[in-house]
Amino acid sequence: MSTPAPSIPPAAGAPAAAAPPTDPNVVNVEVNGVAIKARKGQMIIEVTDQHDVYVPRFCYHPKLSIAANCRMCLVEVEKAPKPLPACATPIAEGMKIFTKSKRAISAQKATMEFLLINHPLDCPICDQGGECELQDLAMGFGRGVSRYTERKRIVKDKNLGPLVSTDMTRCIYCTRCVRFGQEIAGIQELGTTFRSDSSEIGTFIEKSVDHELSGNIIDLCPVGALNNKPFRYNARAWEMVAKPIVSPHDCAGSNLYAHVLRGKLRRIVPRDNEAINEAWIADRDRFGCYGVYSNDRLQQPRIKRDGQWLEVSWQDALVATVAALKTATKSGGDQLGTLISPSATIEEQYLLARITRHLGSNNIDHRLRQRDFRDQVSDPVAPLLGCSIADIDTRQGILVVGSNLRMEVPIVAHRVRKAARKGASVAFLNPAEYEYHFKTAAYVTAGDALVANLGAVLAAAAAAAGRQLPQHLAQATSGVNVTDAHRAAATAISRKPGLVLLGQIAQRHPQYADLRALAGGLAELTGAALGYLSEGANAAGATLAGALPHRGVGGKDVQRAGLDAQSMLSNPRKAYILFGIEPSKDLANGNAALSALRAASVVCFTPFVTDELLDVADILLPTATFAETAGTFVNAEGLWQSFDAVADLPGEARPGWRVLRVLGNELELTACDYRTPSDVAAALEHELGTAKDLEPGTTVYRGSFAPGAGAVGAALAELDVPIYAIDAVVRRSAALQATALAQGGLRGGV
Amino acid sequence: MSEHGGSTNGVISAHLREEIDHWVAKFPAGRQRSAVIGALHAAQHENGGFLTAELMTAVAEYLHLPPIQVFEVASFYSMFETKPVGRHSVSVCTNISCMLRGGEDILAHVEKRLGCRAGQSTADGKFYLKVEEECLAACCGAPMMMIDHVYHENLTPKKIDDILEAVKD
Repeated sequence: MSTPAPSIPPAAGAPAAAAPPTDPNVVNVEVNGVAIKARKGQMIIEVTDQHDVYVPRFCYHPKLSIAANCRMCLVEVEKAPKPLPACATPIAEGMKIFTKSKRAISAQKATMEFLLINHPLDCPICDQGGECELQDLAMGFGRGVSRYTERKRIVKDKNLGPLVSTDMTRCIYCTRCVRFGQEIAGIQELGTTFRSDSSEIGTFIEKSVDHELSGNIIDLCPVGALNNKPFRYNARAWEMVAKPIVSPHDCAGSNLYAHVLRGKLRRIVPRDNEAINEAWIADRDRFGCYGVYSNDRLQQPRIKRDGQWLEVSWQDALVATVAALKTATKSGGDQLGTLISPSATIEEQYLLARITRHLGSNNIDHRLRQRDFRDQVSDPVAPLLGCSIADIDTRQGILVVGSNLRMEVPIVAHRVRKAARKGASVAFLNPAEYEYHFKTAAYVTAGDALVANLGAVLAAAAAAAGRQLPQHLAQATSGVNVTDAHRAAATAISRKPGLVLLGQIAQRHPQYADLRALAGGLAELTGAALGYLSEGANAAGATLAGALPHRGVGGKDVQRAGLDAQSMLSNPRKAYILFGIEPSKDLANGNAALSALRAASVVCFTPFVTDELLDVADILLPTATFAETAGTFVNAEGLWQSFDAVADLPGEARPGWRVLRVLGNELELTACDYRTPSDVAAALEHELGTAKDLEPGTTVYRGSFAPGAGAVGAALAELDVPIYAIDAVVRRSAALQATALAQGGLRGGV
Repeated sequence: MSEHGGSTNGVISAHLREEIDHWVAKFPAGRQRSAVIGALHAAQHENGGFLTAELMTAVAEYLHLPPIQVFEVASFYSMFETKPVGRHSVSVCTNISCMLRGGEDILAHVEKRLGCRAGQSTADGKFYLKVEEECLAACCGAPMMMIDHVYHENLTPKKIDDILEAVKD
């Protein structure tokens, strides 16, 4: 439904002779007297946009289908009896278009007069004021004084839930929000009800908009009818400064703008990036930021003395930290265990890995929710997607294994839906049924038996290809019960180019090694790429930086592998460093971990202070959340994205990299005199050399782990972390916690 | 489960399902959205002249459409009632031809006789006096009114009384 992407570069200025005179795909038109070559089938507005000729519009959006219902883009076309809508008029050979002629301007002005008849003109109390398309165009095309003296109509506000505020009287019925639901989200939640001058935009029976991308209708709305509810009356658009940052919540690395007023993060909006998030962001990215200003921010370092918590200076806190770490590692470095959030920056991952190894320990891990490490030697250099994010669109066969995709990485789910709508066969193999708004080629609901069902898909694929499977896969694929669903999934993934995606449920599964070996075998058999949907914003960065027990920087094997995230807790250590972690919520078997932590000396780098941390920790160091520190995330396609700190830190809190640098110096770590995060990143890059440049396709499985038949159970509730429980910041966003997705167990709308 | 796979939620009777299937069959496979108007007509008829939220949701589920798309149609067309109304629908035309032939007086008489204004239902729930928005296309017999899809033309107050009297419960 969406319009063709304007991918052909503008041909203006190219010598006329260069194009073959008979090229059927090139059309010669004239815009305001300037000759232009355009691609056949383009609409007038696409051509004018490409050539920076401005045509006013409300309902047209390049990512949505054409509605042509606002009539603002009327332009004059020679020989046409009346002005034509530029968004819905295809160009034709020899067409002469005038966007600023007397006739065009008078049509645009007349449209504006109609649009303003019922618009309340309450700009002074409207959040959209200052960034409103209607306000801007009224400046250009509106009359100084309205000729309309009759009463304006009033439309009752709708309650769309905790994220989107409504002032429906301001609506001009462009239907961008309706089309977004139909075309992008895939489920139409809003519609145009009643008719003519009684038309309203609303839902059927009062209900909230629940889709995980629904916040985008706020940006799409050209007026103040749909706005950011938590942000309501917080700031004026022109007071804030827009600063580029990167999403801290998932591995897509969506590009964002943080809007900041006097050092405080007020709201987040998308930063267009065609290669990653296009024009969209997930609600988690948009509304997660309100968790930053939760009441439980840690403002001052604290240390526990004789069971009492004391607020201390940074100096005292660091002295205590150094003492605790040195005491614990006196009899051997392996008494230290370090756990770091996969959403920490690559600078923090690198520094903490250096510090941990400097203290003689390889017990460092960022794979906090992983349960099965048996085949970690076969891990790729970084858990990448198997292809670039934009490439997902063009895949013909996709098999998603163990993933509540829409909840895990909404932007990747959107890409998968795009691929399906372009004709790709998309199959799922999941423990439960999750809802997808496109026709799936197959959906295998596996319950507890993910491994056996994946084995069945592999057996079906091998049978279809008439090929023998390698020896190590024989046991898991022989004697399995192959059904039509398995065969359909095998057919789907056999289409080329293909992509097998291992989701977070698979990675958290107690038989992850078995699943991965089977998925690897399936990818190899069908020629598909194997991709990972990694946890957090920076799992790829953590892997490169060596925040792993068995690997150092760039995937180099260490001499003696340390303990992984599970083992270092089940084999209690004398001391732990926790970086950006709330143990019971961020760790697999988190509650069981608490006793190990309670008995040890625990240093926490944390932005938040909770009862649980006060219980298990001995030193609390206040650090930054995502918007308060500079750093770098490496996304699921291996792209390094650096950003600056954009918001002020509360109290004595400091960016994590800075604290780690000082701690490194105190611990006499050599070459630790970094002055900026870029110094840290540069040092890591230097150490990485060519290993820095990651290709998303380098995730081929080269191991030979033999998947067994024995099933190990884990409750789905433990494997499937809800969308708004994924990290500490999101868990503190009151707006997100009030949504149906957080409240009603609407896990993907089952 | 029918051949269209949608659930009927217990709200759609076997007869109504037949009617909807009849409409769906008129359109190519996958274009069942086109059958919404026919389906809603059948549903409204069976429900005594108006649609309920429950009924519209059931039609949506049966046709595999988002419920909002059914409500868009139901609220757009004036022949669908989305609120409870009387059992017999009475429309008096007051468009140009009828107006010139005294349609306004006819409407006033009907209002007086039924004891309710245009847009309201009688207290006993027998009649619903619709606000007619457009010409009913019977200009040659003006003034006219329509009761339950039946045209009555060349009206006089006396004739109206007889017609209304003859409407069975």
